[in-house]
Amino acid sequence: MNYKMIGRILSMVALAELLFMIPALLISVAYDRDGATHAFAVTIAAVGILSLITYFACIKSETRFYAREGLVSVGLGWIVLSLIGCLPFYISGEIPNFLDAFFESVSGFTTTGASIMSNVEGLTEGMLYWRSFTHWLGGMGVLVFILAVIPASGKSSGFTMHLLRAESPGPDVGKLVPRMRQTAVILYGLYIVLTILDFVFLLAGHMDVLEAICTAFGTAGTGGFGVKNDSIASYSPYIQNVCTVFMILFGINFTCYYFLLLGKVKDVFKDEELRLYLGVIAASIVLIAINIRPMYDSLEETVRHSAFQVATVITTTGFATTDFDMWPTFSKMIMVMLMFIGASAGSTGGGFKCGRLLLLFKTLRRNLEKTLNPQKIKVVRNNGRPVNEKVLLSLYTYLIAYVFIMIVSILVVSLNGESMTTTVTAVIACFNNIGPGLDGVGPTCNYGGLNVLSKVTLIFDMLAGRLEIFPILLLITRKTWKKLV
Amino acid sequence: MKIIIAGAGKVGSMLTRWLVSEGHEIILVDRRKEILENCSEQFDILAVQGNCAAVNTLKQTGVEDADVIIAVTGGDEYNLLCCLTAHTLNPDIHTIARIRNPEYADQIYNMQETFASSLAVNPEKDAAREIDKLLKYPGFLRRDTFAKDRAEIVELKVKPGSPMENISLMDLNNILKSKVLVCAINRGGVVFAPSGDFVLQTDDHLFVTGSREELTKMLKSIGIITRKVKSVMLCGGGKVSYYLAKLLSESGVQVELIEKDYERCVHLAEVLPDVSVVNGDASNQNFLESEGIQNADAVVALTSFDEMNMIISLYAKNYGVEQVVTKVDHVENQIIKDAVGLESVVCPKDLCCNHIVRYIRAMENKSGAALSVHTFADGQMEALEFKVDADTRNIDVPLKDMNLKKGVLVACITRGGNLIIPDGSSSYRVNDGIVIVKSGDVNIGKINDIFA
Repeated sequence: MNYKMIGRILSMVALAELLFMIPALLISVAYDRDGATHAFAVTIAAVGILSLITYFACIKSETRFYAREGLVSVGLGWIVLSLIGCLPFYISGEIPNFLDAFFESVSGFTTTGASIMSNVEGLTEGMLYWRSFTHWLGGMGVLVFILAVIPASGKSSGFTMHLLRAESPGPDVGKLVPRMRQTAVILYGLYIVLTILDFVFLLAGHMDVLEAICTAFGTAGTGGFGVKNDSIASYSPYIQNVCTVFMILFGINFTCYYFLLLGKVKDVFKDEELRLYLGVIAASIVLIAINIRPMYDSLEETVRHSAFQVATVITTTGFATTDFDMWPTFSKMIMVMLMFIGASAGSTGGGFKCGRLLLLFKTLRRNLEKTLNPQKIKVVRNNGRPVNEKVLLSLYTYLIAYVFIMIVSILVVSLNGESMTTTVTAVIACFNNIGPGLDGVGPTCNYGGLNVLSKVTLIFDMLAGRLEIFPILLLITRKTWKKLV
Repeated sequence: MKIIIAGAGKVGSMLTRWLVSEGHEIILVDRRKEILENCSEQFDILAVQGNCAAVNTLKQTGVEDADVIIAVTGGDEYNLLCCLTAHTLNPDIHTIARIRNPEYADQIYNMQETFASSLAVNPEKDAAREIDKLLKYPGFLRRDTFAKDRAEIVELKVKPGSPMENISLMDLNNILKSKVLVCAINRGGVVFAPSGDFVLQTDDHLFVTGSREELTKMLKSIGIITRKVKSVMLCGGGKVSYYLAKLLSESGVQVELIEKDYERCVHLAEVLPDVSVVNGDASNQNFLESEGIQNADAVVALTSFDEMNMIISLYAKNYGVEQVVTKVDHVENQIIKDAVGLESVVCPKDLCCNHIVRYIRAMENKSGAALSVHTFADGQMEALEFKVDADTRNIDVPLKDMNLKKGVLVACITRGGNLIIPDGSSSYRVNDGIVIVKSGDVNIGKINDIFA
């Protein structure tokens, strides 16, 4: 294992994060919040010095860098990211318990949006900004950002592929253009443009500037931290609709936007994953709207709430405009299913991903046909192109790990003694990076009441969910740390 | 530049490594998924799976706005079809094809336009030429020529008992009695540019630059006899052997070629009338002895197995053959070569890559880029040839006053037909050619990059 190289990457992650902490510091200064200013300043100074020392200690590293190093750097990188991210909350005393602060930070970076806070409005402006910003950075990934900024060193330039693959969601990660740096620049460019667009639309609805920034960050990263205790519910219908549209947009594979820019409109709308994603959204909105029609006064309100809740759950954002825990069981079941499906591969959203689901269905159909006629040779295709059996194999592995982690987590969280629904949906909501679940962890409640063991389990689930399981799972595998793999 | 490389074999992946490190955008095409995965994990490139000669695959690589396509797959016909298709899709593209079959050799040059090939490379022929140069000019382990063959960089080894042993570089010119410049030393696999007080030891490899006459003088003064090679034994009857035998026999050298396969022997005997072709196993020591290996002036080991070539070379050295050249395809590490005791080593793959990279650098020439590039000392050092133009900095400034980058050395200056081996007071003018030597980790694209 190339520890020095990993050390260098980790210190770069820390430095990049501190750079982004500066606006939060400035906001705290501007609003004259001494506690928050102090917390940010201390974090930036202390961590800054520490990571500079690490960086220079590791500067003479070898260039050996393989899949193992890539996965370990990403896994450790995100833990470091969350640890540093929670320091301002803890130091300022705005979240007095360290584990709670860490939970909040992990929830932010993994774009989950599960909160332990009962009174969000009690946070100071700088903290609110930082809390929402963690979503934005976590959405596209901090290592992708580093790849975009720092030129790849000539000799071992291929290592960047290991980082991208380990950090980006989806079954089959590839580059858009030959150079990794350009690929990262394109991804972040699209991300920034869409975020600014969202921000402008929110401002047009007369939203407060800081609230608009925070909400845009929460939407872009498909995170879901709100700035109000009732999330988005108290905002105007216009703002709610803007959020709905942008949540859906951020749940689409960013490659689609790149192809749109290149003028390949036809290819984009023929994309099977996009069709499935939009189809599922449309069907769910209609079904839920019919089911909950009696609960609301006007048709407009019914559809608006139905659409918002469907968008927030399938893109794994986790905002809320209404308490869907009060909905009829049929609608609630649809919501739970949407939690599993998740957004598209290559988007900022989490969950199992539409693309994976599609491939699973196709494999199931293929294998059924094979049972009827064992001699039959059939390839699974995606968008007309044959899918490599290796990709399918890693898909099965992913499914096994996904189900296994879910079952064990539910078992551990059940020690908490909450209701069945609370226990199960808490794990589902954290593992799929959604945020609110049902019942005890529903949209109007929070995760503050759980015990330490449950919180640690859910922190693990959130990280595993965001990084698509393997980078985190490998960190606790003994073989990873052996000299020979 | 945007460069498509078709075929991710030995040459393809080596080219990928070089061209990526020079900052080009590389798209690698191959049929084999595993190899592509391996390459895209090592290098920052885009990998496309498919048949490189098919329009569909080529379109996926974005051939329409690519600058160069390099076809180095296993089949000549494939490579040609690939270039032809690419050229049809994008008439401005430069196409480089590897053509190895001797039967095609002539038509490639005569029908270059028909085949739409800008450059055809033949690794085996390049290797044969290289070996021919070494044999006709013995004493050096390796030679690279520059500036229309006027300047050379040669490699030689300090043998036990040589007058160069334990001499510092400052005093070296008195011993060599010639005007040459030592630009790099390889000691035990570590390559560096030496300073004046550096003391030479046995088994050091020296890289020396100078004009041909001065280098000949140098050989004489250190007691290496430059007797002309009159009889050569070639072990192995592959393509390199064929080309080499042809070159040597045309210049009147007596050639004996040993090949195991009977059919191949018959074929070689048909196409090489002046060469004595022997059917036998070159790994058999008794057989070599009976063929008179001890009387040969030079032995060249050219079988398709590296291990076999090394063993044959060791036999030959054991019999006191003066010059032994070994073809090696896979062993890249100088330490292994030294441990086995190989001296002159020729690697067709390296030569082919060198050739292609030189062409690509020349394409960029408009912006003051290198005219040619040669790598030596296991790829740890590079020699680059530039032309001085009006935009070049430090014209007419003595070298000792220039602020060159660390690890960069001006090895020679060519002016008109003359070669100048520079010292501190030399300077260059517009329209001169200069050759600089640098270590591999310094990045130089344009001539003005050599200054700190």
